Amino acid sequence: MESTVWKFGNDVDTDQIIASQYLLLPDVEEMKQYAFESLDPGFAGKVKPGDIIVAEENFGCGSSREQAPAVLKALGVKAVVAKSFARIFYRNAINIGLPAMVCRDLPGHVDTGDKAEVDMEKGVITAGGQEYPCTKLPEYMQKILNQGGLIASLNKE
Amino acid sequence: MGNTLIEKIIMKNTGLKDVAPGQIVTVRPDRVMIHDIFIPFVAEKFEEMGFTKLDDPDKVVLIYDHLVPASLVEDIRHFKIGDAFAEKYGLTHVHRSDGICHQLMTEQGYAKPGNIVFGTDSHTTTYGCVGCFSTGIGYTEMASILGTGELWVRVPETIKVELEGALPDNVMAKDVILTLLGDLHSDGATYKALEFTGSGVDAMSVSSRMTISNMAVEAGAKCCLFRPDEKTCEYSKVSMEDVAWLKADPDASYERTVHYDAKDIKPVLAAPSRVDNIHKVSELEGTPIDQVFIGSCTNGRLEDLAAAAKIMGGKKVAVRTIVTPASRDIYKAALKAGYLETLSKAGCIITQPGCGLCCGRAGGILADGEKVLATNNRNFLGRMGSSKVEIFLGSPKTAACSAISGRITMP
Repeated sequence: MESTVWKFGNDVDTDQIIASQYLLLPDVEEMKQYAFESLDPGFAGKVKPGDIIVAEENFGCGSSREQAPAVLKALGVKAVVAKSFARIFYRNAINIGLPAMVCRDLPGHVDTGDKAEVDMEKGVITAGGQEYPCTKLPEYMQKILNQGGLIASLNKE
Repeated sequence: MGNTLIEKIIMKNTGLKDVAPGQIVTVRPDRVMIHDIFIPFVAEKFEEMGFTKLDDPDKVVLIYDHLVPASLVEDIRHFKIGDAFAEKYGLTHVHRSDGICHQLMTEQGYAKPGNIVFGTDSHTTTYGCVGCFSTGIGYTEMASILGTGELWVRVPETIKVELEGALPDNVMAKDVILTLLGDLHSDGATYKALEFTGSGVDAMSVSSRMTISNMAVEAGAKCCLFRPDEKTCEYSKVSMEDVAWLKADPDASYERTVHYDAKDIKPVLAAPSRVDNIHKVSELEGTPIDQVFIGSCTNGRLEDLAAAAKIMGGKKVAVRTIVTPASRDIYKAALKAGYLETLSKAGCIITQPGCGLCCGRAGGILADGEKVLATNNRNFLGRMGSSKVEIFLGSPKTAACSAISGRITMP
């Protein structure tokens, strides 16, 4: 299934993904309408389930707020693909079952509105007829992701 | 091959004879910290995971600081959920108005040299100031630790930072970490440990080291460690014998070494709106500002307030100036030393210890188009009020001199 790309730049911080004043809203469903408010005010209304976020270096830097990957997942974002991720965002994304894929080459070749196909199993993204390999997750994290996140994984044990 | 400081701490905790960067190991943290913003989410996930009791209530510290005192009626919900969770699961370490979590964790002895500590806040790296491996995690992982007592970690590579010699009088630890951020950039230490050494670090107080470890996460660092010395032992109430093992081996392997001569470090600022957008104060001197903020877990300690009081004594501030001590103990000590009186006479607004302004919630937030010179740790868009506020981050000395003139001013 093809996904629509939403492209962002370097050092997208967690305040840009979901600003701190919205963290007091009772749940992620209410927060999600404010995702990327300072970068693209209409984002939440435009993104469709199955779309992917593509960004440059250091995506998700800043605070430890798990609401950052959580609002993206709640909006139906299928995966976040970036050249690199900040540490806490990366762990949080996997733990809530949102695939965070490190891909060095794709971000330089796509823009918002482009189509891309994500193959999670193979860890490959296809866009514009070109295949872009992603870095494999450590086995431990792949297991958590396959089971649908940390809660599902703990409940299985 | 020898081991770095972070490897030694992980080896001690896991009982493994050796560990290497990239290895994934399971550790049992000595303490965990949860603050008021995230306690409702931790509590919800904990029960969703099916846990009915904490692995060890003594290891858990709950601190209300981001919302203290409440500025919106909705804030109270977080205190109520926290209180109910503490009551139900037998938490004994609960601080409801004692100060900012990252100050309290070492000040109250929860995070000690050689410990492993996780917190639901990115600035949990702060406790590396006493040689504690501490880092931030999300609320789902925190809930899992509360139930299992364990967390997996990837053993990080280490970047060694050497600081040799004496800092100039107008330069503070804040200028050191800002200079490093400018050189490493905001992702230069992602997933890595920083290990600070050298005579410049030896000469620093634990408070100054805390400013550095607090901001290490702004380079993406997983943790930022200082080898404990006599000053650390006195502060953390442990003996030098207790920490004798806590040192890197001479043949430890570092990813790289960054070296600074302390005498070459200048007063600097992180200009809007990136923590690694570093400029010398001299280059920005004269820029008009609307407000100054001296405080936070980065720079709200006694030595910071003392530095500001020394500069402001007998003078008047030219712009709104907010002073926020990092904890109640610091507030009392600053009161006793006369610093708060001096700052108050100079026209500063002194607030209760807490996170309000630094996280843009309360206590001096700014409006569109305003500029603030602040001593906290982030200058991201929207951090201290409107998303059109320009935030310059600097040392307490730079902040105090700029408050008097109303313009960015060399300390």
